[in-house]
Amino acid sequence: MSLAAPTPKTVLRISLSRDDLLMRVGLVALVGVLLLIVALPLWALLAKGFEDRDGRYVGLANYISYFSTPALFNSALNSFHVAAVCTVIVVPMSFLYAYALTRTVLPGKWLFQGISLIPIFAPSLLPGLALVYLFGNQGFFKGLIGGSIYGFDGIVIAQVFYCFPHATMIMVTALATADARLYEAADALGASKIRVFFTVTLPGAKYGLISAALVVFTLVITDFGIAKVIGGNFNVLATDVYKQVIGQQNFSMGAVVGMVLLAPAALAFLVDRLVQRKQVALLTARAVPLIPKPKFGRDLFFTAFCTLVSAGILAILGMAAWGSLIKYWPYNLSLTLANYEFANFDANGWESYFNSLRMAAGTAIIGTALMFVGAWLNEKTRGFGVIRGIVQLLAFLPMAVPGIVLGLGYIFFFNAPNNPLNFLYATIGILVINTVAHFYTVGHLTATTALKQIHPEFESVSASLKVPIWKTFGRVTAPICLPAILDIAIYLFVNAMTTVSSVIFLYAPDTKLASVAAVNIEEAGTTAAAAALCLVIVITSAAVKALHLLADRFLLGRLQAWRRR
Amino acid sequence: MGKTTILRRVVLAGATALAATGFATSAWAQKTKLTVYTAIENEQLDPFKKAFEADNPTIEIAWVRDSTGVVTAKLIAEKDNPRADVIWGLAASSVGLFASMGMIEPYTPAGAAALKPMFRSGKTPDTWVGMDAFLAVVCFNTVEADKGKKAKPTSWADLTKPEYKDSIVMPNPASSGTGYLTVAGWLTIMGEDAGWKFMDALHQNVAQYLHSGSAPCVQAAKGERLIGIGFDMRGATEKTKGAPIDLIVPKEGLGWEMEATAIMKGTKNLEAAKKLADWASSLKANELYGKYYAIVANPAVKSMPPNYPADGEKLMAKVDVEWMAKNRERILAEWTKRYDGKSAPKAK
Repeated sequence: MSLAAPTPKTVLRISLSRDDLLMRVGLVALVGVLLLIVALPLWALLAKGFEDRDGRYVGLANYISYFSTPALFNSALNSFHVAAVCTVIVVPMSFLYAYALTRTVLPGKWLFQGISLIPIFAPSLLPGLALVYLFGNQGFFKGLIGGSIYGFDGIVIAQVFYCFPHATMIMVTALATADARLYEAADALGASKIRVFFTVTLPGAKYGLISAALVVFTLVITDFGIAKVIGGNFNVLATDVYKQVIGQQNFSMGAVVGMVLLAPAALAFLVDRLVQRKQVALLTARAVPLIPKPKFGRDLFFTAFCTLVSAGILAILGMAAWGSLIKYWPYNLSLTLANYEFANFDANGWESYFNSLRMAAGTAIIGTALMFVGAWLNEKTRGFGVIRGIVQLLAFLPMAVPGIVLGLGYIFFFNAPNNPLNFLYATIGILVINTVAHFYTVGHLTATTALKQIHPEFESVSASLKVPIWKTFGRVTAPICLPAILDIAIYLFVNAMTTVSSVIFLYAPDTKLASVAAVNIEEAGTTAAAAALCLVIVITSAAVKALHLLADRFLLGRLQAWRRR
Repeated sequence: MGKTTILRRVVLAGATALAATGFATSAWAQKTKLTVYTAIENEQLDPFKKAFEADNPTIEIAWVRDSTGVVTAKLIAEKDNPRADVIWGLAASSVGLFASMGMIEPYTPAGAAALKPMFRSGKTPDTWVGMDAFLAVVCFNTVEADKGKKAKPTSWADLTKPEYKDSIVMPNPASSGTGYLTVAGWLTIMGEDAGWKFMDALHQNVAQYLHSGSAPCVQAAKGERLIGIGFDMRGATEKTKGAPIDLIVPKEGLGWEMEATAIMKGTKNLEAAKKLADWASSLKANELYGKYYAIVANPAVKSMPPNYPADGEKLMAKVDVEWMAKNRERILAEWTKRYDGKSAPKAK
């Protein structure tokens, strides 16, 4: 009887379960964090939907009174309409643009890539202001569009501008990793180009396409900034939240509309579950990266397409830049730099700009680590389906939550006298946490898309070599995904620079942000100074992005060398 | 000998340093930091802070400033654990709401007795004290009027004339306090039936209901619209900056709102907060308000900031503030049913 000699079976189980256990503990911790930064604050506000104004429980009374108002149906229909139209425009546009960037030989590719990101660098105030300069009743080209820019048309144009980079970023990630062997095989089998597109390219990018559509749809549905500046009398659900919460301080009704707005997120979650089941990994260890070869007709078409899209983006940016230099539009068009003396328009002057920089840097570092590690845990943990489903659901929630709802929820949750975390309230920390939570979805989706393309054989091989999973993560997975990781960091940075609707409730005297200052300045009527501040934000984010591209070229060149043949 | 000198020097230096830090910390501790929530205009923040701190060198003001709606929502959300010490410059209707929710520390400031009665809460001790009043006026763009050969309106009734079709903007009362006081003003002056009839007619000429009280006069100032019904002070400053607009006080009378000061219940700096409340109702403070507003709380201050309409104070509607608060939900529901729901398809 030898007690010391364990059976081989036991050894196997122990060596397997150490990794599994580690990942499961990590996953549970992730659920804890997401509950703290997303679900509980959200519930702190949404629970008010079941209370009257004095805090008494009233069951579904608020819902009944809201659903019996005809205005609701109208707003919901408008929201759905405008979101659907924007999705139908943005998704194919971003697919073609991303296709051009990844699968064709495009002259000045880096330039086109940079320009496509400009809208994400800009506070959502900027397209609204620029459209008024361009097509408003005093606009330079008001004759070009048939009617007024205020309303449906204005919202669609501004939303397309605003959502385009979000969708493009997902599409580029989805199209960047392709296995050249599939194309070679298709070619050898004599498949037509159209057939290859529908049987190889599209299925490979399916997850990205659906993610992009879901992201655009929910972004449009929840955004209030654009509807406020250019929406005219076109009521949408997000303006209903604003009216209830800011206009009438009726948190109960605001919570009801906030809950209605969660419906698209629930839908997105279900669709994602369905698609995920069918997604296969594209990048196996034997995969050969696809290097596009020049092809005149195709390249010419895509160059023209990208030039057209870029020209539209630059026109909007250029108009805002010019507007920021005008003395008193439209009656005194002489130019001045005075609009950049922000201390004349906002008591905090440039200080709020530096607060924004600190907040954005913090968000990028903390958020990227959390989102990537989180997505990795969620993708690579074996079994544990329920918890993984919960993570996926919690990761989808923030996208569907209007900033106003999240911001107020943060006050109720983090400012509660009995919350041990209330020391965070009124610090820059709460702004960072709030922004990480607010932009969790796209970061999570990007990381997931990148991780899904790595075949699990990497993990299997590591496991059979008895390499701990965290080593595989550090040496294989993270380096392979470094482009996606940097993309997430940049995405968080630039969104933190522009975010308004949630943080407007959370800043303290010494942590006011530039994006909030821009909205305040615009409300005070100093449109030019607001445009100027928006532009300073755009330039900052563009500079950070330029650094990223340089890093991409020189640093990542080495890490990603294996992708090339 | 040499050794002791060095030792003495070290001890002395240490003692000096210690004394210096001790002195510095006590100087620090003496300065009380007051967190003040406000919705006053950006350009007023610095002058207000400097003027108060010059008279109260031991107190430092830290502003949290945003639009009325945001600050009001934030204060209500923070109710269970208030972060503000004092409210200085927020709509009296909001502060009245806080008082009814038990969020305000009642206190009658030293200078309150000298103020016009309507600038006080009417409670003893006062829950809030008014600073200045603003009006919902008509901003009329003269350059655009010349282009379209449009006559200058002088009354609310004029605004319903067909020549102004699609050229008026006003704040949406469901999203803006200025919008609500405008509507409540009409209902008070004209009575409910005639008031709604007037708004039905006006609706035919309204191009858009905006989400802010400042925006209408700004849009009129920039020629984006011919006429904006909105916040007077914004119109006056736009005109000073060079906008071709006239500020018109319609002869029937008009709605108004005032800005108020109050102390938050539960503040840890009650003494300093009282000092601020006292100062905010002093003659000196009222003279400061008078630089920006034509109508201020202290009757001794005769102010007329540039480009303000002259006869505003006489024409202020006799609005019953309590009636306004009580009937708000009913009026907004009726307004939304009549104008907001059906306005969507014809975006102009």
